Amino acid sequence: MRLSRTARIVLGCVTAAGLAVVYAPLLLVLLNSFNADRSFGWPPSGLTGEWWRAALHNDGARDALFTSLKAGLAATGIALVLGTMAAYAVHRHRFFGRRTVSFLLVLPIALPGIVSGIALNAAFRTVLDPFGIGFGLFTVVVGHATFCVVVVFNNVAARLRRISPSMAEASADLGARPWQTFRHVTFPAMRSALFAGALLAFALSFDEIVVTTFTAGPGTRTLPIWIYENLARPHQAPVVNVVAALLIALSVVPVAIAQRLSSDTAGGRL
Amino acid sequence: MRRAGAGGGAGGARLRLAALLGPPLLWLTLAYLGSLAVLLLSAFWTTDSFTSDVVRTWNTDNIQELLTTPVYRTIALRTLAIAVAVTLLDALLALPMAFCMARVASPRWRRPLLVAVLTPLWASYLVKAYAWRVMLSEDGVVNSLLSPLGLHGPGYGTPAVVLVLAYLWLPYMILPVYAALERLPERTLEASADLGAGTWRTLRSVVLPAVRPALFAGSVFTFSLSLGDYITVQIVGGKTQLLGNAIASQVTLDLPMAAALSAVPVVLIVCYLAAVRRAGALDAL
Amino acid sequence: MRKRTTSAWRSAAAVCALLLTAAGCGSDDDGKAAHAPGKLGKGEGKVNIIAWAGYAEDGSNDPQADWVHPFEKKTGCKVDTKTAGTSDEMVSLMKTGQYDTVSASGDATLRLIASGDAAPVNTKLVPNYKDIFPALKQQPFNSKDGRMYGIPHGRGANLLMYRTDKVKPAPDSWRAVFDDAAAHNGRVTAYDSPIYIADAALYLMRAKPSLGIKNPYALDKKQLDAAVTLLKKQHKAIGEYWSDYQKEITAFKGGDSVIGTTWQVIANLTQAEKAPVKAVLPKEGATGWSDTWMVSAKAEHPNCAYKWLDWIVSPKVNAQVAEYFGEAPANRKACAETSDPNHCAVFHADDEKYFQRVHFWTTPIKQCLDGRKNTTCTDYAQWTRAWTEVKG
Repeated sequence: MRLSRTARIVLGCVTAAGLAVVYAPLLLVLLNSFNADRSFGWPPSGLTGEWWRAALHNDGARDALFTSLKAGLAATGIALVLGTMAAYAVHRHRFFGRRTVSFLLVLPIALPGIVSGIALNAAFRTVLDPFGIGFGLFTVVVGHATFCVVVVFNNVAARLRRISPSMAEASADLGARPWQTFRHVTFPAMRSALFAGALLAFALSFDEIVVTTFTAGPGTRTLPIWIYENLARPHQAPVVNVVAALLIALSVVPVAIAQRLSSDTAGGRL
Repeated sequence: MRRAGAGGGAGGARLRLAALLGPPLLWLTLAYLGSLAVLLLSAFWTTDSFTSDVVRTWNTDNIQELLTTPVYRTIALRTLAIAVAVTLLDALLALPMAFCMARVASPRWRRPLLVAVLTPLWASYLVKAYAWRVMLSEDGVVNSLLSPLGLHGPGYGTPAVVLVLAYLWLPYMILPVYAALERLPERTLEASADLGAGTWRTLRSVVLPAVRPALFAGSVFTFSLSLGDYITVQIVGGKTQLLGNAIASQVTLDLPMAAALSAVPVVLIVCYLAAVRRAGALDAL
Repeated sequence: MRKRTTSAWRSAAAVCALLLTAAGCGSDDDGKAAHAPGKLGKGEGKVNIIAWAGYAEDGSNDPQADWVHPFEKKTGCKVDTKTAGTSDEMVSLMKTGQYDTVSASGDATLRLIASGDAAPVNTKLVPNYKDIFPALKQQPFNSKDGRMYGIPHGRGANLLMYRTDKVKPAPDSWRAVFDDAAAHNGRVTAYDSPIYIADAALYLMRAKPSLGIKNPYALDKKQLDAAVTLLKKQHKAIGEYWSDYQKEITAFKGGDSVIGTTWQVIANLTQAEKAPVKAVLPKEGATGWSDTWMVSAKAEHPNCAYKWLDWIVSPKVNAQVAEYFGEAPANRKACAETSDPNHCAVFHADDEKYFQRVHFWTTPIKQCLDGRKNTTCTDYAQWTRAWTEVKG
């Protein structure tokens, strides 16, 4: 398409301005992590490295980070298995209610977190309690996995739509069993889609707060919960800022890896 | 498509289908739909007003109260308006940005730009909302930037909620639109131009139809995430009250009433999903 | 497509019918009359706590604030803490039966007692109970029929805070945030909870004696309506409602709020941030909170819970918590242990005259708390709905 030079410049400016707005609050967080103020004050009254020192020795934040990693990895694992199975089923088979599957899968993420949260809370309480299973990391993982399945499903389904079916057919004609075809033909072609889906699922789980609030048990503290609690403590705001700044800095790594690995699409679909 | 039968008879295919579809659907039904059904059913129960214990007597008091009390209608309409505004704002921002990233920027720049858009998703939602609180404060960054121009920022309130929610969900809108635009073959655009269509005509008749499913897909996120939010509102919303707040304030005291209130976003979103599914949005997610 | 959705719903309905049956069989609790233990056994090695942020610190947030590890060392009871943000959250967490003890405020205590989720406490098993300020014992918000349902922990008043540079002359009455609120249009703040209705009722006690309000937590329908009308009027001038420290400190510091309710600790922190604010106890008195450590009726670790109760109100620890959280300690011996010798003076810990002017949060119930027999009062559920209506 031939765009005029002016149009290109305008578009470039809009994008640049958009990105500037996207990054302004993040820069503010970074700046505030050095702010001598105890609350997020503006303008900063002075600069200090004290909060970074305090944050690095903060066991609560470290434990919460590990809890979040554990919950995220477990939920992503479950989502990968279930999402791939569902995508495969929908792609390879024609059956009654096939189109309802994607509708059902998207529900957990489309419905408000608070609705999912209280629904899961009520259900866990009635169903798990008689078995002596209390709220804990396990319930958090179940909650997270439920809304993570859809992102894996979407990534895998989109990839399956674009893989040429003749490959799998050729494999079958050569006498490969379905499992062998999956392992040697389909899976390698889907690897980057799986990775992109997993990454998004992990990101969703890692930053989830509402469902987590309603499904976490005593002592189960994910990072967002830790942040929420510490914003309510009198002296902790600066340390929260440091943790957030660290997260922003570190987040470039997984996103960049994802970009490198997923050669064709945009590093994942939602 | 008879490929399903490639490795065996129709019976084998059905068995494989059941094996593939069984676990995810079982999980979804047991863990999610079951819970949701229990919740929505409990809207027909009532609460002992003093002990906050749920009393399981069937009645429609909560639903009646929900439908007849004007304040709930006000809250529901306000929430809906905010969700629509956030979605429109995000679509307006995402279209030019995604277009620039996918079709204007040189291929070398595409990946870094995409990383730049996705990175904020990893920063904590709460911290971003709080950062906006500082930005929008009376003595905050926005006002100190605007005051030389004689302007004043929106302060805390409904406009701030729309702004911050649009900010938070923007990557969810850019991503599918970008993917759709990137997939659009250059040939199609050239053909349109060769047929004498101007830039605007090409945009309207070729580009827009191609990204429409992606826009709807993104809107599933921006619309439904806004519809249920109650934390951002508390941080930058001033005195604004949304459906999420109303549910959150009832949930611990009066679960049946909270359940009745929850039915409102559930109905809205199921309708919305059904509508955008026709536009192919769920395939473009 | 419509048909398919129906079938999906039908199977969902079947599943939930199953769930309901399971629920119906399992949990019809009739153990409403819980008993206090006569004596304590050995610790169970574990205790699950629900606490306000800052009440059960283990040093993981601030290495200086750690009274959980010494407790674990001394008693062998491992502590798991769940921090609750609101009283409502505490009530619903207690209902799960997974927790042994909770630091409940007065707007939660009566509900926990009535629902049978909290058990009476045998104060003889808590040696430090004898040093608790007498004014905190046997209060309507922590006892029933002469039995204590918990151990008092600390208290504070909901003060009136204002920016000295923006609010002149200095206010000495709640009128400044009610009838005169329009003077600071869009800059007034209030606590975001149904219990704030009591603040309006407290003001009306003096401003409109004809309503006959005797106790801000005992409002009949007419009195509640009057309070709601006042709050709706105030709503027009409200900039935002607050519910956590951070929000209020930033609002007063940035000038988004210039007048409204506060806690002493928030006023102190805001002053420490060099914001020109001052907090006063207005002439009408104020509402306030008094927290009580309660034991769950379904406690799995009652012995460790009692050990925790005694630990948390022991002079040294009570002083530590009071200073960290910013409140008046409940143990009078704690005043000698604070690192800031003025702490008890600043927070009026032993100033009973001061606290006589404070009406501590109490759960409003149908049976009027002011002793009226000829009418029914509005309960907390009605207050909650009224609050939703006030916020509009």
